[in-house]
Amino acid sequence: MTVPILVLASFLVFGLVLLVPGDPAITLAGDNATEEQIQVIRDRLGLDDPIHVQYGRWASAAVQGDLGDSLFSGRSVTKSIGERLPVTVSLAAVSVLIALMIAIPAGLLSATRRGTWLDTTATVGASLGLAMPSFWLGAVLALIFALSLGWLPATGYVPLTENPFEWFRHLVLPGLTLGTSAAAETTRQLRASLGDVLQQDYVRTARAVGLRSRVVVLKHGMKNAAMPVVTVLGFQVAFLLGGSVIVEQLFALPGLGGLAIRAVLDRDLPVIQGVVLFTTALVVSINLLVDLMYGWLNPKVRAA
Amino acid sequence: MTELDRPIAREDPWIGFTGWEGASAVSDTVETPFRRFRRRFLRQRPAVVALVFLVGLVLVAVFAPVVAPHDPLVQDLRNTLQGPSSEHWLGTDELGRDVLSRMIFGSRVSLLAAAQAVVLALALGVLPGLVAGYFGGLVDTAISRLTDTLMSFPPLLLAIAIVGVFGPNLRNAMIAVGIIFAPRFIRLTRASVLAVKEETFVEASRSIGTPTMRVLRTRILPNALSPLVVQTSLSLGFAMLAEAGLSFLGLGVQPPDASWGAMVGRAYRFLNQSPTLVIFPGVAIVLAVLAFNVLGDGLRDSVGREIRRGAS
Repeated sequence: MTVPILVLASFLVFGLVLLVPGDPAITLAGDNATEEQIQVIRDRLGLDDPIHVQYGRWASAAVQGDLGDSLFSGRSVTKSIGERLPVTVSLAAVSVLIALMIAIPAGLLSATRRGTWLDTTATVGASLGLAMPSFWLGAVLALIFALSLGWLPATGYVPLTENPFEWFRHLVLPGLTLGTSAAAETTRQLRASLGDVLQQDYVRTARAVGLRSRVVVLKHGMKNAAMPVVTVLGFQVAFLLGGSVIVEQLFALPGLGGLAIRAVLDRDLPVIQGVVLFTTALVVSINLLVDLMYGWLNPKVRAA
Repeated sequence: MTELDRPIAREDPWIGFTGWEGASAVSDTVETPFRRFRRRFLRQRPAVVALVFLVGLVLVAVFAPVVAPHDPLVQDLRNTLQGPSSEHWLGTDELGRDVLSRMIFGSRVSLLAAAQAVVLALALGVLPGLVAGYFGGLVDTAISRLTDTLMSFPPLLLAIAIVGVFGPNLRNAMIAVGIIFAPRFIRLTRASVLAVKEETFVEASRSIGTPTMRVLRTRILPNALSPLVVQTSLSLGFAMLAEAGLSFLGLGVQPPDASWGAMVGRAYRFLNQSPTLVIFPGVAIVLAVLAFNVLGDGLRDSVGREIRRGAS
C-alpha cells in the first residue's frame, strides 16, 4: 500500500513540469533570460529527452537520495532539505505535544462532564480553533506574548543541540499557533469517542463493581477511545507539515517552508519537486507507523 | 392581447371550506423530504444564525459599492495607520485607505474565491466518485489509488507547488485549492453511492431496463447528494482559510486588490504600530469560517432519513 502510493506520488510530483505553461525552459528562466540561459535550463532539466526518460533519470536519482540541484543557487536540493529539516520536525513535534497537552484534558473534561459549562467551553473553543487562520492566531499570540508582555521571542530559531531551553522557548509560540487546529480536531474526536465508550456496558459494569470513577475513565475509557484519536492525529501530521509553511514564514524559522516559498517565487522547479516529494514520503511513512500502532493499541486488529 | 396578459380569474378559495378539522392530522402524515429537512434545520438555532450571517455577508459583498463608506483604493497619506475613529470606523491602513471599506470589498474576493475552489472541487470530484462507486472493479481501484495518493500530499504544500508552477495569482491559487479538495469529494461521493446502489428502488429501476446513465442521473445522484451538501458547506470554510493562507504568503490575490487574508499579510509588518489592522480582517475570517462550519454541522443533522426508533 505504501510503495504504490509513493510511486504514484512521484509521478504526480514529476508531472508538475508538464503543467508549466508554454515551454518550461523559457518560463522557468524568467522574463529577461538570454537564449543561453534558457539552453542551460533545458540541459539541466534534460527537457530535450522523451518524458519517460526524464522521469526515469529523476526517479532513479531520487531513490538514491539525489533530488537534483537548484536552478538558481545550484545547491543540492537534498542538502538544503537536510539542513532545514530539523527546524520543521522540531516545530511539528512541539505542535503535536502542545496539541495533546490541550486536547487530552479538554476532551476528557467535556466527555465526562457533558452539558456543563466546561463542556460548552471546550466545544466552542474547539470550533473557534478550527476556524482561526494560523497566521492570524500567530500574529495575535506574538502581539500578546512577545510584543506586549515580552515573555517569549517572536522570531528566530536556536538548534536543540546548542541550547535545549532556548530551542523550546523559540518554538512555544509557533508550536501553539500550529498546534491549535490539531488540538481542536483532537478534542472533538476525543469527546465523541470517549463519550461513546463511556456508554458501553463494560463501563457500567466497572462502575457497578465499585471501581473509582477515575480508574474507570482512564483505564477502561481512555484505552478504548484512543484508536480514533490516533487516526485523527495521524491525519493531522499532513496538515501540520503543510501548515508549517505559513507558521515558519510568520515566525522567521529557517525550515522547509521557507525553502518552498522561496522556490515557488523563483519558480525553482527541482526544489519545489524535491520538497513536495520528500514531505509526502514523510507523511506516508508516519501514516504507516500509525497503522502499525493500531496493532499495539488494539489486539483485535493484530489478529486480523 | 396574448394568453399571458389576460387577467386571471380568481376563484374564492374559501368556497367549500368547512372548517379546520383534520388539517393538523394531514400535515402530520404528509411531510415531503424538503419540509422534514426544513423542520429539523430550523430547530438548530446556531445553524440558523450562521445561515442568516452568511446571507448577510453575501449581500454586503454584492452591494459593496453601496455599503462601503469610502473608496477602498483611495489613499490618504496624511492619515496612515490610524486607529478606529468616527470617520474611519475600523481605522486606516499603511496608505491611509479605509479598512472597513477594504474589508467590505475584500469580502467579495474571499467569498468568490472560496466558491470557485469548491465548485471546481465538485466538478472534479463528483463524476469520478459516482463512476468509482457505481461500477466498481478496475475503474474503482484506479480512482481510489489516485485519491489516496492525492490525499497523502500535505494539502497546503501541494497548493503552493501548483501555484508555483502556474504562477502566483488568485485564479491559480483557487485552482490549486480546488484540486486539493477534489479527492475528498471523490471519496464522499463514492461512499454514498455505494450505500444507495444496494437500495431496492435502484434494483427495481435497473431490472425494468432503465439505461445506466439514467439510473445514475435520476436514481443514484439525487439520493447520494445530502452528504455532499454538508461537505460543500464545510469545504467553503476550509477554502476560505486556504485562500487566506495563500494570499498571506503572497501567492494569492495581488495588490491593490485585497482579500481578508492578504490584508492580514500586509498588516503583519505594522503589528507593532497598529495591531487593529491585523485583528479586524482576521476576525472577519474567523466569523465567516465558523459560520460555514456551524452551518455544515447543522445541515449534517438535518439531512438524510429520519432515524426511526424501534423500527429495524
